Amino acid sequence: MVVKKDIADLIEQHPIFLGLERRYLEFIAACATNVRFDEGDYLFREGDPADTFYVVRHGSVVVEIFVPERGGVPVQVVGEGDVLSWSWLIPPYQAQFDARCATLTRAIAFDGKCLRGKCEQDHDLGYELLKRFARIMIQRVRATRIQLLDVYGHGRAR
Amino acid sequence: MAELAERSDRAFPAFLRPHTVTGVERETADTVTLELVPVGSGRPAFAAGQFNMLYAFGVGEAAISISGDPTRAGPLVHTVRAVGSVSSALCSLRRGDVVGVRGPFGTPWPVEEAAGCDVVLVAGGIGLAPLRPTLYELLARRSRFGRVSVLYGTRTPADLLYRGELRQWRGRFDLDVEVTVDHAAAEHFDNVGVVTRLIPRAAFDPDETVAMVCGPEVMMRFSVRELLVCGVPAERIFVSLERSMRCGVGLCGHCQLGPRFVCKDGPVFRWSEIAPLLEIREL
Amino acid sequence: MAELHPGTWMLDREGLNGLLAVLRRLGFRTVGPRERDGAIVLDTLSSAGDLPWGWRDEQGPGRYRLTRLGDEAFGCGVPAQSWKRFLHPPEVRLFEVERRADGRGLTLVPGDAAIESYALIGVRACDLNAILVHDRVLSQGAHRDQGYAARRERAFIVAVNCTRSGGTCFCASFDTGPRAGSGFDLVMTELSDRNVPAFVVEVGTVRGAEVLAELPRRPATEAEGRSADDAIAAARHAMGRRLTTDGLKELLQRNPDHPRWQDAARRCLTCGNCTMACPTCFCTDCADVTDLVSGRAARDRRWDSCFNLSFSYIHGGPMRRSVSARYRHWMTHKLASWFDQFGTSGCVGCGRCIAWCPAGIDITEEARAIRGAEAKEG
Repeated sequence: MVVKKDIADLIEQHPIFLGLERRYLEFIAACATNVRFDEGDYLFREGDPADTFYVVRHGSVVVEIFVPERGGVPVQVVGEGDVLSWSWLIPPYQAQFDARCATLTRAIAFDGKCLRGKCEQDHDLGYELLKRFARIMIQRVRATRIQLLDVYGHGRAR
Repeated sequence: MAELAERSDRAFPAFLRPHTVTGVERETADTVTLELVPVGSGRPAFAAGQFNMLYAFGVGEAAISISGDPTRAGPLVHTVRAVGSVSSALCSLRRGDVVGVRGPFGTPWPVEEAAGCDVVLVAGGIGLAPLRPTLYELLARRSRFGRVSVLYGTRTPADLLYRGELRQWRGRFDLDVEVTVDHAAAEHFDNVGVVTRLIPRAAFDPDETVAMVCGPEVMMRFSVRELLVCGVPAERIFVSLERSMRCGVGLCGHCQLGPRFVCKDGPVFRWSEIAPLLEIREL
Repeated sequence: MAELHPGTWMLDREGLNGLLAVLRRLGFRTVGPRERDGAIVLDTLSSAGDLPWGWRDEQGPGRYRLTRLGDEAFGCGVPAQSWKRFLHPPEVRLFEVERRADGRGLTLVPGDAAIESYALIGVRACDLNAILVHDRVLSQGAHRDQGYAARRERAFIVAVNCTRSGGTCFCASFDTGPRAGSGFDLVMTELSDRNVPAFVVEVGTVRGAEVLAELPRRPATEAEGRSADDAIAAARHAMGRRLTTDGLKELLQRNPDHPRWQDAARRCLTCGNCTMACPTCFCTDCADVTDLVSGRAARDRRWDSCFNLSFSYIHGGPMRRSVSARYRHWMTHKLASWFDQFGTSGCVGCGRCIAWCPAGIDITEEARAIRGAEAKEG
């Protein structure tokens, strides 16, 4: 099927899945669909059950925290090729932030709930996925810490 | 003064009780603790968590939590952070100046409900001010409560409130005090990181704990989530909310959160009751 | 001889004049509907001649017109303003404060020493209900607005039963009209099928009976009583609008994310007209001002509107920034939260918000849309 081949190709080449065994790639492809969001749509909101993760194909998504008197405060913008959401893999499987589309966005949505179940049965797969997602998380934490440094400010956060 | 008492034949915002500033302590660059003594009759009793409307002459009123000791007689104590015109005017007061006070208003922290339980106080920034009276109440009858933890987070070491007291509290064996800052800059500081990180490390029995959380709403939201994950039931978690308050007595309509008036149904709310309203954005 | 309608009397124009004169002699400031600048407003009445005889109004979404038709004194529906401008005034000086030169003393000078005694002439059932709602909000809570309580206690109310429904009326949806239920000192129904002004009058209080006793009057005949009843019943069945109140509170409270809020936000200008015109809206703000010359500070309390961006402002910004959030707040408060707060609806079905909205937003239509769309999804 054209659609599935398209997804399968992308999965095979994407850094997060690179090197996974063929049977795992096929399983993951079977859990994936193409999705599309309009500008302003929310992929998920803080507190939502995190049962889906995404690879953005086109467009940009703002990861933000809602601060009541300030509205949504962006902490990061995720774009083409980026992975969105790791909360699907770690309990309590709850979205920690809001994800709002800043533009028309096309992405591949992966059924995290299904994959979680598979990981529970097949720990080899689980370990592989955890390693890959952990790498993303580490990158984000490092980036966040550098952001915290407020390197452009005066050092004394005011 | 008798004549002022008589003038409460008008709406409450038409009434104020003059207080003289008898003490000004600069806590940080933008925060001041004021000691106020009423002109004339004694100060009314208050419960931890309540607030007064403080009036700065010619500038206006602001709702400020009481930060003093409810168990002892003495001046009325308020810790004010300069964030607007009224609070800035209050922060510029000097000894001998006179301000207006209306109150106390609002629902208190559930100190009685916590009897027999472990107590966790989670404070973010200026949020320590409305919780300090609670700590005084807990310490005044210490044996009625289990383990008491104070978890306090603020932006930088320069923003710490009540430094002297923090040292004293840390020295007590019947109190666990953990302080953390978001940014430590050059100064060495024991704990750097958000206050939520302190929660899983605190010693409390989640089945028998009452938690009271105060600070910016985002901080409260994330702290409560941490407490829930640790197993504290939503019915035993309390937060103190802040909304635009103009009259303090439920007549001006400004402080509404859905059907609740934060000035009289709050500011202290039980999390299980208020969470559904807080989930609705821009309610 | 025609049968006497128990406790029901007839007044003519001379009697109406006499009513105003007696009330003024008793120290009341008589206020009621007058025509001014193409609208019916509420202002001082010196005599019955000041009433808007011969005027008729047409009210619709974003539309208010007066035309000359007939010869009734109370031929129009709800005036542009509501009675809250007297009982809960738009601006009240709460106090003045003097500070000693050395800054070490504050002296309070109470403001607005005089509380006026108003005789409200021509209060429609919806507006009477709105006054009762304000009684709950402002004087029956934990803290009372004592200025309101004082004005309210003094106020003499001459209600008027509607014999005609307007295009924006929906009091029948709340069972609050068109017949005035209770809370009046006197209530009148104008008969339009006579050649001369004729008012059927009933008494509501002892105070009302005492005033009526001083007026030239005669008992109403049964036919006259029936004529009044029929006209009121006809008005009840001819309401311009309808609001289905069944489960409305729960409907609104469980739909905070309904797309209709965004839809309304595209039309709403947040001008706040609805809150100014609404007889039950009560929100106020305090403005602290200083007089550079006298050195005194004063506090004024003024009407405020939840549509103002600054209404929900705390340091950092407003809590209700978007238009949709503000519209949702107003409508949900009016039709739902009010029950939780005060045990009654906040809306009395007067329809002013519909007429005075420049975008013509109709609260009954918005409620219908939310209910309808929910049913579809459900």
